[in-house]
Amino acid sequence: MQSNAALEYDYSVAKLFTYTTILFGFLGMLIGTLIAAQLAWPELNYLIGEYGTFSRLRPMHTQIVIFGFTLSGVFATFYYVGQRVMKVSMAESPFLMFMGKLHFWLYFVGALAAVITLELGMTQSKEYAAFEWPIDVVIVLVWVIWGISVFGLIGIRREKSLYISMWYYIATFLGIAMLYLFNNMSIPTYFASGGIGSIFHSVSMYSGTNDALVQWWYGHNAVAFGFTVPIVAMVYYFLPKESGQAVYSYKLSLLSFWGLMFVYLWAGSHHLMWSTVPDWMQTMGSIFSIVLILPSWGSAINMLLTMKGEWNQLTENPLIKFMVLASTFYMLSTLEGPIQAIRSVNAIAHFTDWIPGHVHDGVLGWVVFMIMAGLFHMAPRMFKREIYSKKLMEAQFWLQTTAVVLYFTSMWIAGITQGMMWRAVDEYGNLMYSFIDTVAVLHPYYAIRALSGVLYLVGFLMFAYNMIKTMTSSRVLTEEPQFRSPMA
Amino acid sequence: MFHWLEKNPFFFSVGVFVVIAFAGLIEILPNFAEASRPVVGVKPYTVLELAGKNVYKKDACYECHSQLIRPFKSETDRYGQVSLSGEYAYDRPFLWGSKRTGPDLHRVGNYRTTDWHENHMWDPKSVVPQTVMPAYKHMFTNLADVDTAYAEALTVKNVFNTPYDAPNGIKLGTLDEGRAAALEDAKAIAANMKNKDVKDAVARGEIPEIVAIIAYLNRLK
Repeated sequence: MQSNAALEYDYSVAKLFTYTTILFGFLGMLIGTLIAAQLAWPELNYLIGEYGTFSRLRPMHTQIVIFGFTLSGVFATFYYVGQRVMKVSMAESPFLMFMGKLHFWLYFVGALAAVITLELGMTQSKEYAAFEWPIDVVIVLVWVIWGISVFGLIGIRREKSLYISMWYYIATFLGIAMLYLFNNMSIPTYFASGGIGSIFHSVSMYSGTNDALVQWWYGHNAVAFGFTVPIVAMVYYFLPKESGQAVYSYKLSLLSFWGLMFVYLWAGSHHLMWSTVPDWMQTMGSIFSIVLILPSWGSAINMLLTMKGEWNQLTENPLIKFMVLASTFYMLSTLEGPIQAIRSVNAIAHFTDWIPGHVHDGVLGWVVFMIMAGLFHMAPRMFKREIYSKKLMEAQFWLQTTAVVLYFTSMWIAGITQGMMWRAVDEYGNLMYSFIDTVAVLHPYYAIRALSGVLYLVGFLMFAYNMIKTMTSSRVLTEEPQFRSPMA
Repeated sequence: MFHWLEKNPFFFSVGVFVVIAFAGLIEILPNFAEASRPVVGVKPYTVLELAGKNVYKKDACYECHSQLIRPFKSETDRYGQVSLSGEYAYDRPFLWGSKRTGPDLHRVGNYRTTDWHENHMWDPKSVVPQTVMPAYKHMFTNLADVDTAYAEALTVKNVFNTPYDAPNGIKLGTLDEGRAAALEDAKAIAANMKNKDVKDAVARGEIPEIVAIIAYLNRLK
């Protein structure tokens, strides 16, 4: 029998990705807050000439929070969770250690290059896949290296049975690989034309309606495999660990996992309702979106029931609060999405601010909360110090929760107002409002959203401060905490 | 079976991949050939229009403007005839957008003119006082990338058989011919503009971004 007590896990790669999670989280949310304010006060577009307009900053906001913040969080937690659930240390394999470091540095350099090219307006203009082909090549390389890390670690594991979190990490790897490759199929025009024009420019292999189908098959499922699957991996590890409770039901986790894998990919065409894609595809997208409630709620309910009999922890441990609220927002968001995918609702909701509202109650309430909770749990174990301040964490929790509520309520009202005004007709059947009327009416909601952005950003800074203090000056721990994270 | 899969990562991964991949096969593939067939009368973009389309992408107009008129009376009243799949046959990538912070633009060429766009891009508030759209003054000085647009046209002609140089179609020709044709088109647009710097630039043989993007917007009908 192998003794587990002797196993010293190596967190050097997890630490590196923790730093970039904080860095890109701050950058992405700062830009997000600025562009929210630009919609309320357009003068803010002219802070740095052509580079500061909503046009350039909005793609940067989405790409930084997806590929910068979220992916960093996914990698950081993987390099932590992977070793522990498979009872194997990175330090045991110099090759995997090297791959891990290479993974990080290539990722970091690629991310910086990506930010610069977007700021210069180099884009293939696909939402959440904006990067031009040279950056795509770097992303593919980074992904392959991550794959080597995942399967390399699996190859030398001691615990033969893969824990639930590993299922989700593997699915993240496979899903994004497939989606990203197919959606970014494009031909660099410089090479295809024999050396004319810009070397960065490319043209999509798909045209018109086909391109739209592939893009939203990607776009929706990038949400699936970037914002849902790896986050579920986190909650399955961190909530039981932090609370000391066993996962409520193995069967439910099995059903949720395979259900999610099977159903999610069908739902992409709900982004294309009432468009020129065939009706049967739209209907499929709509139906599968509603079926999707089952596996999504399966995971969330499994998590909430894990706390059965231990709800008192909610009052004692702010980290449990973060994770329970994250699971709750996951339920809210995965109910709201299917509602928007119903044809008649979609006719009003599509193209309005209700959509960003939906996205943000998912990402702010679920993704960011879960990643922050994961990093908070990891910090005392990685840095061998207790968490710097419980009070600060409590304050951050309430500030950010308020911010999320302000965000989605204001955008729900804005979206439905605009959707109804676009279609309003008077007694003779003429349109009642010109387009600009439906913009002017949104000003107060845009202002509320900008305020919510400021609140959330301040909350994230509190998180960053708390983490940095934990890394550098908090009380040193002599032995690793087993369940509940120690905090001052 | 699931317990066995969890101990055999390779077969587990194969299982996951099969489960996630076939939805795409069934939903996307069957319609591929049909959806890319152009509607009769739709022509490929000229080099200047393509250069303008690239400006449209560069300054991310699609973030706030859709190009998709849905089959509702309120939309056809506001924007014009409902959008058809074949109208997008030469759009690589598609530019439908997903959010209407501003109005739809799929048929903007039917009801806005060169001078309207010129005023609007220079100072949107001078045309629509309550607008939240930023001004795009840099488009009046930045030059459009005509060579890259030509390279794109040549690429889609060679790779996807886009019908350039067909009888009664859009002529592409050599790079020099492409540049000359773009400049001719640019002169026709600049003639309807009032900005002196832009007029001077076009007279010198340069094409500012604003001229290219207006060429593109005028073509959206």
